[in-house]
Amino acid sequence: MMLQLSGVHAHYGSIHALHGVDVAVQVGEVVTLIGANGAGKSTLMMSIFGQPRASAGRIVFDGEDITALPTHEIARRGISLVPEGRRIFPRMTVIENLQMGAVLGEEMNFAVDLKRMYALFPILEERCTQSAGTLSGGEQQMLAIARALMSRPQLLLLDEPSLGLAPLYIKKIFQIVRELNREHGMTILLVEQNAHHALRVAHRAYVLQHGEIILSGTGSELLASPEVRAAYLEAGQKTETAA
Amino acid sequence: MALALQQLINGLTLGAVYGLIAIGYTMVYGIIGMINFAHGDIYMVSAFIAVTVFTILATFGVSSVPLALLLVLIVAVLFTSVYGWAVERIAYRPLRGATRLAPLISAIGMSIFLQNMVQLTQGARVKPIPPVLVGGIDLLTVDGFTVRLAYTQILIVLVTVALMSGFTYLITKTSFGRQQRSCEQDRTMTALLGINVDRTISLTFMLGAALAAVAGVMVTVYYGVVDFYIGFVAGIKAFTAAVLGGIGSLPGAMLGGLLIGLIEAFWAAYLSAEYKDVATFSILILVLMFRPSGLLGRPEVEKV
Repeated sequence: MMLQLSGVHAHYGSIHALHGVDVAVQVGEVVTLIGANGAGKSTLMMSIFGQPRASAGRIVFDGEDITALPTHEIARRGISLVPEGRRIFPRMTVIENLQMGAVLGEEMNFAVDLKRMYALFPILEERCTQSAGTLSGGEQQMLAIARALMSRPQLLLLDEPSLGLAPLYIKKIFQIVRELNREHGMTILLVEQNAHHALRVAHRAYVLQHGEIILSGTGSELLASPEVRAAYLEAGQKTETAA
Repeated sequence: MALALQQLINGLTLGAVYGLIAIGYTMVYGIIGMINFAHGDIYMVSAFIAVTVFTILATFGVSSVPLALLLVLIVAVLFTSVYGWAVERIAYRPLRGATRLAPLISAIGMSIFLQNMVQLTQGARVKPIPPVLVGGIDLLTVDGFTVRLAYTQILIVLVTVALMSGFTYLITKTSFGRQQRSCEQDRTMTALLGINVDRTISLTFMLGAALAAVAGVMVTVYYGVVDFYIGFVAGIKAFTAAVLGGIGSLPGAMLGGLLIGLIEAFWAAYLSAEYKDVATFSILILVLMFRPSGLLGRPEVEKV
């Protein structure tokens, strides 16, 4: 087991956001977490890094209890996050953002990894000396993903990578997720509102509602499940066409 | 004309010192969003360390000026950095996540503490050191007024230019500099990338203190006297410099320092030497009223 959350509770300010969540991710899997706005998806992702810290329960990564570790130590164990809203460093250049992502990597790998990222996201090479704040939303998302990959993580967490992006970029993002997993064996935990796309790329999936896991199964099981269809897919499809 | 040239030299020297101290204010503001009001007193502590080391070296009979200066600089920078580190660790870190006012009050407390500590241990009287670097170059004489460039002034300007260049390189080109800047922009994200944010903040305090230490040594050599109160005045002036340049902006702090030094020198020469501090504080008020983001600062509001 690569990552295991057992009975995790977390509070976001005064809100009790997670009520005893159990989530497991195995090596080589793409696991998706779907749920409505405010279900606690992002809190769950951030609580893996202790932001906010789990108030009860255990988080185990690669056999080690990381529940109480400082945020930067958790990242050093080999978990990388593409956070909601991207959070690139706007007043640094594209290449500096990538250097920030590579802080944990070996210095000698930097050139190789940079080349790999440029191959994956050619737009970043074009924009490499531009300040990251001037990139479009889609380009910033590419940069956030590339930055997360620069440390060669064992586990990649993606929080709403398609949020607010043009359809072309959404397609590109899911294509990258698939490629990273299928070709490079990257283990991925993906949080998405775009349930349709997310379930199709996932091996397994969880449905989070009001801070609790209410359903889990393989991607195709959940895609076929009438509850999921009613709650997330049809509504999701509608919003997608509306957007 | 000759007086103006002399004041230009004096103003640049003073401005260099203010600039060095102002960097500490602006860096700390950039990374944790607080004004470290104890920073001026850190500078004062370094001046006392300089006096102590000069005295010790004199008793051991070290007579080579460059060697003495170098030793004093090294010792002052080391000890003062530790002071900077300790102030952050003791007075500010426990308050991280508290309201913005809490560390500010803590900073004022630290400032009072450092002043009293030095007053108690070193005495309240002015402490002189024998002249370390005497002499200078007479540039020109007009109507009996000689424009003089003291060796100490050359030293101050050269050391400041070298430090500022090195420092700019550190911040813009090195890994530590990038981490420092990323902490300024998004501390949580920086931690998520595996960087120890607390360590970066500590190093920032130490770096600011080290620059203030150099300023403290320079001023000790320049004026030859120190007292426990010099940190307050110099601190407020350097703070004004940081605000004038745009708090949070490093080039702004350097520029602001130079401008404050020049304004003070010319004000003292042409308007009133007694009221030269009024000039600085008027600028502080005017900048805060009409251009709170300073000359090179960014406006607070940012497009998301």
